[in-house]
Amino acid sequence: MRQVYDFHGGIHPPENKHQSIAAPIADAGIPEELVLPLAQHIGAPAIPVVEIGQKVLKGQLIAEPAGFVSVPLHAPTSGTVSAIEDRQIAHPSGHSARCVVIATDGKDEWIDHSGLADYKSVDRSELLTIIRNAGIAGMGGAGFPTAVKLSVKAEVGIETLILNGTECEPYITADDILMRERAEQIIEGAQIIAHLVQPDEILIGVEDNKPEGIAALQTAAEGTGVEIVVFPTKYPSGGEKQLIEILTGKQVPSGGLPSAVGVVCQNIGSAVAVRDAVIDGRPLISRITTVTGEGVNDPRNYEVLLGSSLAYLLEQADYQTNKNKRLIMGGPMMGFTVPDAHVPIVKTTNCVLAPAETELPAPPPAQACIRCGMCAEACPASLLPQQLFWFSQGKEFEKAEQHNLFDCIECGACSFVCPSNIPLVQYYRAAKAEVVQLRKDAEKSEHSRIRFEARQTRLEREDAEKEAKRAARKKAAEEKARLAAEQGSTEEDPIQAAIERAKAKKAAQAEGSNSAESAGEKLEKAVVTTRKRLDTATAKLTAAKEDGSDLVDALQTGVDKTRAKLEAAEKALREHQQAAITKEQPTEEAKPIDAAQVAIKKAMAARVADADKSPEEKAREALQKLEARLQKSEARLAQGKAAGEEEKIITALESTVERLREKVAQAQSQANETEVS
Amino acid sequence: MALMRITSPHAHGPMSTARVMQNVLLATVPGVIVLTHFFGFGTLVNIIWASILALAFEALALRLRKRPLGFYLGDYSALVTAVLLGIALPPYSPWWLIAVGIASSILLAKHLYGGLGYNPFNPAMVGYVVLLISFPVQMSSWAAPRGVGELPGLLDALQACFTPGNFDAVTMATPLDLLKQNNSLLMDDLWQQNAQFGRWAGIGWEWASLAFLAGGLWLLYQRVFTWHAPVAMLVALALTAALFYDGGSSASGGSPLFHLLSGATMFGAFFIITDPVSSAVSTRGRLVFGALIGLLVYLIRVYGNYPDAVAFAVLIMNFAAPFIDQYTQPRSYGHAARREDNE
Repeated sequence: MRQVYDFHGGIHPPENKHQSIAAPIADAGIPEELVLPLAQHIGAPAIPVVEIGQKVLKGQLIAEPAGFVSVPLHAPTSGTVSAIEDRQIAHPSGHSARCVVIATDGKDEWIDHSGLADYKSVDRSELLTIIRNAGIAGMGGAGFPTAVKLSVKAEVGIETLILNGTECEPYITADDILMRERAEQIIEGAQIIAHLVQPDEILIGVEDNKPEGIAALQTAAEGTGVEIVVFPTKYPSGGEKQLIEILTGKQVPSGGLPSAVGVVCQNIGSAVAVRDAVIDGRPLISRITTVTGEGVNDPRNYEVLLGSSLAYLLEQADYQTNKNKRLIMGGPMMGFTVPDAHVPIVKTTNCVLAPAETELPAPPPAQACIRCGMCAEACPASLLPQQLFWFSQGKEFEKAEQHNLFDCIECGACSFVCPSNIPLVQYYRAAKAEVVQLRKDAEKSEHSRIRFEARQTRLEREDAEKEAKRAARKKAAEEKARLAAEQGSTEEDPIQAAIERAKAKKAAQAEGSNSAESAGEKLEKAVVTTRKRLDTATAKLTAAKEDGSDLVDALQTGVDKTRAKLEAAEKALREHQQAAITKEQPTEEAKPIDAAQVAIKKAMAARVADADKSPEEKAREALQKLEARLQKSEARLAQGKAAGEEEKIITALESTVERLREKVAQAQSQANETEVS
Repeated sequence: MALMRITSPHAHGPMSTARVMQNVLLATVPGVIVLTHFFGFGTLVNIIWASILALAFEALALRLRKRPLGFYLGDYSALVTAVLLGIALPPYSPWWLIAVGIASSILLAKHLYGGLGYNPFNPAMVGYVVLLISFPVQMSSWAAPRGVGELPGLLDALQACFTPGNFDAVTMATPLDLLKQNNSLLMDDLWQQNAQFGRWAGIGWEWASLAFLAGGLWLLYQRVFTWHAPVAMLVALALTAALFYDGGSSASGGSPLFHLLSGATMFGAFFIITDPVSSAVSTRGRLVFGALIGLLVYLIRVYGNYPDAVAFAVLIMNFAAPFIDQYTQPRSYGHAARREDNE
């Protein structure tokens, strides 16, 4: 008898397997609708290759794998694709996912398929392709693509192939019934897998609580070299790592694969699926699922088409809605509750558990952790669950990782024994998810940092390149100039040349304008411009004087200069005109010019006289003038009154006199002010 | 009908915190019976009065902390503290002494730190040490055992507790006291001259110790705790005693058997240091924790100022527990034996 090893911890929950093992496997039949999620395995979801309304046959490919770690999907029976849409699926989070929906036609018509008569004659890679194309994913619960798991490189050297018939979860009997009824197919599957991985030994591990299954396997295995290893029942001996330790005494390194210790492990259900695919050419389209719990009157195992709804399957087992409040997919230790009875059975659904409330009571509220250590004794991974709980609760994730949080297999043994009813596993799941998220975030920010730095480097490099080009150009130009100077300036300096070009242009313009205008016109223009400037300057001066500004002297000088220029310009104009008159025939037009000139001169003289006067004088003059006008107006008014002129005219005259009086008063006060200042 | 959503596991074992505490209470019964037989009803009165006070203080603390009374009182943890302190206190202690002790245990050592599960120190031992330091006279007077002195009746015991002024106790030095004060007698002479020594470790004490040992073994069988801490403590104490035992000279520290069966050794090993909240967590850690307590018990008994040492040893090691945890993390599945090898 082979030596078996023990693993740390473990528990003995009530097995509750007898309820569902009594009856043989029953065919669940064909439901009206099958809902096939595209992701029933670990890895990328499959990609649909059928269209809505398309007829499909049993076994027909309906979705192809989307990468290496992915598996295809086949129609479990014949019918029509009625939808490809999001449906609620069996997932702990209760979310929806893309599904191919098939309306079955009840004919169950197969597509052409055939198996291999002699699998040993074909190439290893061809066998793997057959397994991959059959859509087989680990049927023990995790759903890892079987072909990927079996693609072990030859140089790894597999010592032991282990088939897992442990089924340590309470209630579930799907593997047990498979052993009882299909032992030969299990052995055949084991041999095919062994042909692929070439192990030194083939073991099938079974807990000692399945004597009938063990007996059937032993009979079937006779003379095949497949060894059935029986060991004491203890949860969770069916965990891959635990089973490997039980059978080989070796531990899979943390974070490593079983192949690291020369082991490949497969569920016996997967072995049968491999056998069906290779020998019969039958893809994975159905599975054996246990329906049990006090919520069903007829607990047993069913061969059920993938995509059948839980509700359909439960109906077959005489489901009592009033007895049951929660539906568990999987066993009572690691299974998860489903949100709705209409979620589909998938490749990994080994059990549908419908317990009565008294059977699996809802957990009472959690009490404080008293660190009793019962969890640490039960932990199959030799962790310290109480410490992990402490760290998870306190969000001390670093410490939790130090205490090997990620080696937790979430078997639930710690929660099972916890006297304070603490949902420990849930804390670890949450902590793991948070750590994963933190890692992702860290990775993302690291990625951003690298990108940012790369950009900075690129910008700096571009700047440097530009600078280098500029320097090169400058140097080239200097070199050119130097060469030119050396060669006796056959080529001019560019700047000098530009300056000269500008000068030449200016000169050309000046010449052009001279030729365009006559000398007389130019002179006239000069006079007008200068006069304007004089006017402006005078106005400014007046204002400055009124304000008493400091600029008066400067402005005065400006005005004098401008006036001098104006006189010069006028003189030049006059001389020009006289010269023109003497040159040409005197014309009529010349006279007005003279008269205009005389008027201008008079005005100018007056302005000059005016400008020369001091403010007092100006004010006094203005006052005298106003007084004179006032006298005149008064005289006119008196005259008008005496003459008895119209009232209108009298009023107008009166108002004029009135206005003038005001102005006089104003001027008088202004004159006084200027005298005072 | 909406389906219930609960996370796994859906099955739960039969153990509950209340049951753990009930088992502990049950396991003290033989010891209490033996103590009552040899020292009269004093211990029983201690326990009852301490229990009433403990529940009252617990309720008060829970009310002040706005916690549901029924839920938390139902965990029996206050009762366990009360019974352990009641056993540890000298029989016929006055009511106020017990009250001060229980107040220190429940309010100071337990609820100020956040209640059950959050106390770094063993509550019963905190209460005990507060009393030992504050009221050394009352705490060091232990009743004379049956056969040596006259045993008071139940009424006397009640009187001793509630009207201590009217009660004249017959007290006597304990064997540990006598051993500590001895400086001239050979062990054999000491035994002969003092009636209370009995056969191995003192009349009453040796049987009470064996009764607590029996209760402790039953708890082990019930898987309330693991063997690591108690065995480590007893082995360490016995080994240390054997190492320093010179065959019975006047300077002798007492034989290993004497140390195992006298004072609070057995009671401490199975009922005090096994308090999981304030001890180290891993099995290896509990080995270290227990062994160091055993060593400290001997050192304090023989070289310290106090005749018995369990309370002090436990509190000192409570301080050290997190430190021990740091260095005694078990090797997890799939990890190399030593931490460096993992990297």
